[in-house]
Parts: sequence; C-alpha cells; structure tokens
Amino acid sequence: MTDAGMTDAAMTEPGKGAALSCAGLSREFGAVRAVDGVDLTLPAGARHALIGPNGAGKSTIFRLLAGGLRPGAGRIWLDGADITRSSEARRARLGIGQTFQHSSLFLSMSAGDNIALAARRRLGRPWWPLPTSGRAERERADQLLAEVGLAGRAAAPVALLSHGERRQLELAVALASRPRVLLLDEPAAGLSPAESARLAALVGELPADVALLFVEHDLDLVFRLATRVTVMHLGRVLVSGTPAEVRGSAEVQAAYLGTGAREDLFTGGAT
Amino acid sequence: MIGRPGSAATTAAVAAAVAAAVVLALAAAPLVLAPYAVTVLTRILVFALLAMSLDLLVGITGLPSLGHGAYFGAGAYAAGWVTLHASPSGPVALLVALTAGGLVAAAAGCVAVRARGIFFLMLTLAIGEIVQQLAESWHEVTGGSNGLYGIPAARVGGAALVGDQAVHWWVLAVAATAAAGLWLLASSPFGHALRGIRDNEARMRALGYRVYGYKLAAFVVAGAVAGLAGGLLSAQQRLVTPAELGLGTSIPALLAVTIGGAGTLWGACVGAAVVVLVRDHLGASLGGHGSLLLGAVFVAVVYLLPGGAARALSMPRRRG
Amino acid sequence: MPAWLDTHLVSVLNGLAIGFLLFILAVGLSLVFGMMDVLNLAHGVLFLTGGYMAWAIAGEHPSWLGFAGALAAAAVVGSLAGVGLSLATERLARRSHLDQALLTLGLALIAADALSVMFGDDVHAVGPPPGLDGSVSILGSAYPVYRLAIIAVGAALAAAVHRIVERTALGALVRATVADRQMVSAVGIDDRRVRVAVFGIGSLLAAVAGALGAPIYGVRPGLDATVLVLALVVVVIGGLGSVRGALVGALVIGQIETLGRSLLSDLASFVLFGALALVLVVRPHGLFGDPSGTRS
Repeated sequence: MTDAGMTDAAMTEPGKGAALSCAGLSREFGAVRAVDGVDLTLPAGARHALIGPNGAGKSTIFRLLAGGLRPGAGRIWLDGADITRSSEARRARLGIGQTFQHSSLFLSMSAGDNIALAARRRLGRPWWPLPTSGRAERERADQLLAEVGLAGRAAAPVALLSHGERRQLELAVALASRPRVLLLDEPAAGLSPAESARLAALVGELPADVALLFVEHDLDLVFRLATRVTVMHLGRVLVSGTPAEVRGSAEVQAAYLGTGAREDLFTGGAT
Repeated sequence: MIGRPGSAATTAAVAAAVAAAVVLALAAAPLVLAPYAVTVLTRILVFALLAMSLDLLVGITGLPSLGHGAYFGAGAYAAGWVTLHASPSGPVALLVALTAGGLVAAAAGCVAVRARGIFFLMLTLAIGEIVQQLAESWHEVTGGSNGLYGIPAARVGGAALVGDQAVHWWVLAVAATAAAGLWLLASSPFGHALRGIRDNEARMRALGYRVYGYKLAAFVVAGAVAGLAGGLLSAQQRLVTPAELGLGTSIPALLAVTIGGAGTLWGACVGAAVVVLVRDHLGASLGGHGSLLLGAVFVAVVYLLPGGAARALSMPRRRG
Repeated sequence: MPAWLDTHLVSVLNGLAIGFLLFILAVGLSLVFGMMDVLNLAHGVLFLTGGYMAWAIAGEHPSWLGFAGALAAAAVVGSLAGVGLSLATERLARRSHLDQALLTLGLALIAADALSVMFGDDVHAVGPPPGLDGSVSILGSAYPVYRLAIIAVGAALAAAVHRIVERTALGALVRATVADRQMVSAVGIDDRRVRVAVFGIGSLLAAVAGALGAPIYGVRPGLDATVLVLALVVVVIGGLGSVRGALVGALVIGQIETLGRSLLSDLASFVLFGALALVLVVRPHGLFGDPSGTRS
C-alpha cells in the first residue's frame, strides 16, 4: 500500500494460503543490489532449497524473511498476514524459527537450558518471576535432544560440545518452539557425512505441515531433501522448480560456463 | 537451571541451608562482637545488598553499569527525607526508598537501556554523575552539599531503632528478605531470560523475546533494590550526603561484583565484604589511601582474574 | 544586538570558553574510543594532572615563562601518560573492551590518589599569565581577558586538529580506522603506532586543557570526575570518533553548563540530562556518529 510505483497486481500475495511468501523483495547495500525483486512462495509442508554461488543473495533473503533486515522494497506475508514491517522478535512469536550459519547458542548454559529458553517463549510463561518446576521444558528438551541425536545430554554445558553437536543443538533450539516456518541457514555446514545423514533423517521426520526453507551448498543433501529448488544468481531468481527441472535447466547451465559437468555448476567457495 | 530434577532440588536445598546458617550467624553477631565491629558488619550488609542489585544488572543481564550509586542515593535521600519530614516509620521509609530507586531507574533506564556494552557504561556513568550534581544543587530538598542530617531513628513496630544491635537486626532482616527475593527472581524463567540476553541478545530476539522490555525491567528492579539498600543506609547512618550517589559508591559496587564473580549473587556479597574491609579499614590503617588500594585491586583483578573481568562480568565476546 | 544577548553575553562568552576547553579535552577521548573501542576513564585525571602542573609550576601569579613551562610540562606528562595507557590497554586488546575500560578506571583511581598525596586535598587557584589577567569592557560589563584568550586558543587548536585529521595521512588513517577498523587491518596497515600516537596526542590535549583551564576551574580533588562526565556527555552527544561532533557537542555543552547554570542554577543538571536523553532518542549514535558502527 505504501510502495509507490508498484501496481496492485505486483503487490498481491503470490500463492494465496502459503505459509510464508514474498513478492518483489529487494535490498540494496549502497550501490550493490544484494536482493533484486525476489518472489518466493512457501506452502505448508514445503521442503524448499535455496542454492546459488556466494554473493547470490541467499543469506540476505534469509535475514529479510526472518526480520533481521528491512527490505528496500517488496512485501512479506506469513499465513496471509503482512509482516513486512514486523520486527524479528514479532515474527518469531508468530511462528518463524531459524538457525544460523554459525551456531548461535547460549554458551554459559547447558544444552537443556538452551532448549528450555527457546521452548518457553512460545509454550510457557517466559516472564514469570518465581522459580518453576521446569518439568514441561525438561521433557521437551529431552525429547528434542533425542530427536537430533543428543539423547540424554541435557546437562551438558554447551561450551564443551563439539561443532557437530552444536549444529544439532542449534536445530533443536529452532524446533523447540514448534515453528510453522523453519529457515535453516546451511544446516549441514561443517558436518561429517554421518552427521549429515542424521540431519537428513531428521528433516525427513519434521511435522508434515511445517514449511521448510533451507540454504545449502551440499547438493547431495539438497536434491535428496528438497521438493522444490530455487537457484539464485546476483540477487535474482534464476530458476525455480522441482529438482529435476533445475538440474536440466538451460539457464542454469548457461549461467555457469563451466566444464559442462552439471555437478561443477554450483561449486562455490566457503561462504 | 532445569538440569536433572534430583540434582536441582538438592543444590537448592544445600544453598538454602547455607544461607540460613549465614543469616543466623549474622543475627548472633551483635551478641559476641564489639559495637564498632557490629557497625562495620551492618555497613557490609547494606553494601552487599547494593552489590547484589548491581549483580542482577551486570552479571545476570550483562549490562555493565557504572552509575548504580544514583539509585542507591535516590533511595537514601527519599528515606531520609520521609523520616525527617513525614513519618518516623521504618517500613514506610523503606517502601518510599524502594519506590524512589525504581522510579529514578525507570527514567534513566528508558534512555540507557537502548545502549549496550561500553556505550551503556558511558551513559550510566554520565547519568549517575548528573544525578549526584542534582543532589548537590537542589538545596531545598536534598540539603545541598551538607545533605540530610539529624535524621531521627526509625520506628519499627512501635519501638525506635536506637543502638547498633537494633539497627543491625533491622538491616539484616530487610537485606536477607530482599536478597532472597533477588535469588528467587534470578532462578525464575525471567532470570533465565536475562541470562539469555547476556549470552546472546541476537538469538533471544530471533526466539521472539522482547529484549528491551526485559532489560528495562531488570534495570528498574536493580534500581529499586539499590534504593532499598539506600534506605537502609539512611536508617543506619541517619545522614545522607551527595557522596552516596556518585562514583564513590558506583565504582566500589562494580568492583565488589567483579571480585566476587558476577552472576552468582552470593559472590557479590563476598566482594562487598572485601571492598568495605579493604577500603575503609585496610586503607585507613595504611594512611587513608583506600581508593588507591581499591584502584590497585581493580587493576590486579582485571589482569589476573582467569578469563579476565569479562568472564567475571559474563559479557559476551565481540566477534572478529 | 538583541536585548537578550546583551544581558547574557557574559554567559554566552563563558559558554564559548568552556566549550572550546571541553573540545580540547574531549576530542582525544572521542578519537581513542572511535579508533580502538577503548573508553579511557582516566581522561579526567589527565585533565587534573595538567591543572596540578599549572599550579606547581605557574602558581597563583605566574610569569609568562612559568605559564609556558606549565603548558609544556602538561604536554609532556600527558603524552607520556597516554603512551603508557595505550600500552597497558593494548595487552588486554584481545579481551573485552570492558576490561580495558575497567583497567583505565583502576589506573585513574591510583593516579587520583597519588595526586592527592603529592599536592594535598585543598582547592588551589591558578592565575592567568601577565597581560591576560585583566579584564576588558564588553557592552558595559568587565570581562576577564583570559577567557577571551581561551576562546582564541581553543578555536586555533580546533582548526589545527581539524586540519590534521582532514588533510594529513595520519588523519586519513585515523578516519579510516574509525569508519572500518577491520578493513584497515585487512589492507595490511599496522595501525599500532597510529594507535599509540592517537592515544598519546589525545592525552596530551587533555592535560594541556587542564593547564589552560586551571585559571578558570582551579584545581581540586574530584575535578577529574566532574570533567570526565562532561567529556563523556560531549562524546556521546557528538558521536564517537568524530572531531566535528566533539566540537559541536563541546560548544553545546559549554553553553548548557554556563547559560543553564546562570538561568536555572539548581536544575541545570536536569538540562544536561535532558539534552543527553533528547539526542540519544533522536539520534542514538550522536549527532555525527556512525549509525552502522559496531559499537552498540
């Protein structure tokens, strides 16, 4: 409504009834258009991967969707409600959960306490000024830790966990508040093959109605988990479709004048 | 904090038992110690409560304040003024002190809490000093640089608190209750959220917490309890001067929290005892150089404390 | 001239004098923090040291030689102290910036006590040098010449600092570091010597400000805390790391301090806090601060 120059059609929510969607999303940093007119639709139950080389705008899109960054143009909807102007905290309260590329945990606490903090915000009384039994949080923590492969480690201090264990905890923390939309930023970064396999299994076991959007460089994982793939390039959507469509896409191949082997197309450096 | 049910209950029980033992020992102190020692002990209690309130802010929430004396002083002045001009009732004076500390903290906090880290430190320092200057110049209410003197003895339950024993027990009762309240708050979901803010504010936002509100609430509670401690000072000393408001109070309070190991609340009490004894007694015996000693201790603590004062003050490391 | 100005011209001039003095004091604090994230809480003590140098060397009725000697001594002591502080805090650079601030605080406590041992606890007065100790008639009121001299000296120093920061290589390095410290070190510039130099010069200016200000403020224990707060308010309002901000902030605070006190006396502190709060609410990074800074 306030975006001058945009027609009504452009600013209507694409894909009515989607869990999370955006239209015309743009963001500039000085002269650089990090994200340029991106449309994305995430229905409930989506398993949607966002891929592309470094600088393609994937992380920026995540920050725009999660609310840590304000868009220069465009709108974002959550379950039909316009959340473009909502703060990151408000979006989290409305049901968006996210993990960070570099594990963002509470280092002075135990694994269980990390999850309790996340769970209590949506499922308990986080402002209660007197000690509680904490049983509900404890049970949820134990359950989640078992799911992510850290069974029985509720009392483990986070500072002593390995990188892989922290990634697992990171996921558990994001799941703790039962989000409706889950944004995973390179969940498999730095994981061993065994840990990646466990991650894949875990994603497979997510509740069916959770909408998942994830950024990944590990293409095996992407094509195993995703039902839709969006390829980004220089801030724009290059191609968006099923994994097969993306693999066979002429545009994707043309954008990367590589040695022809499709597997080389997305070899980027570390982000 | 949630840990395993058995161990949490056991730890809490042990802690409560130790605390009860300490309180009993402190209560028995006037019966065995000389009057001067009792006065010192009382002063330590007042300062310990102040340090605990600061620990809630610094150690638990991660907001390093160098202007906490302002709320202590606000409470002291409020209690002193009320006792002088309105009512000799001890509890009423303390209630007013609590409210005064909380209100001044609310006003200052609205502005200060928007900042973090060093910026917050600067702001609280500036605000604290400005409040002290205000106390020095507002003659009609605060008595200017002379302060409020000749404050009559507070009356509790019909009896006037005269003599170090009675004062000591009154201070002990109030301080112990307030300390228990702080401990309960710190162990609650609210306290857990404060620790989360200290550890990783960005993640707390991403989890949906209204961080500004929590920080402001912590600031106000810390200010209110500091005000309460100020009210106790007024009841004990029966004299309030602008010096209670400024860096002369704020710095030793921060030092007490640092020495004791921030975030534990009881550590602040230990630190408070150390600071009072070093500054007022060791310093006096060495020719009145209390603040030089305090400065030296500060420097030593900063250099030598394992992990640095940052670990003790539990501030998150800056990335990169 | 408007009638209001006539009546309050004296206060306005005082405000300018205090303002320029505050600028000389605060610019070092601002640059050190902008460059290194080190909050030098010993800055007030540097000012006080300069004042004591003035009293010890120049005294109540100084000669020109005495006064110049005092300024020189303040400059030397200030820069040495600055270098020392830089080295002391450098050792803690890998730990949190809070540690560094607390370290400077501890050193300030020690220094303040040492000063009080060396010079006693009394309030001392310092006189202006001969020739500047008279008064001049301005619009019918007698106004101390020294304060006019301070305005002139302050403006000259402000111009000099501005020139150094805007026109020299050192200044460019300082500005670059304030704007993006990581980029500067990524480019490979070892800014360690620059850091020590900035700390040293900033401290030198603080001590000289103390010596220059001694005929106005006098010297007494506790003055260090008072001026530290003023310097902090100037830096917060003006924005960290900004010379322009320090100048504007200092002139504003100078006016508030003098005009405010003459108009409102008891409640001038409220005005100070009000100004601080207002600026922070409207522009949280100060008038000339960098909103994308990594500080808060």
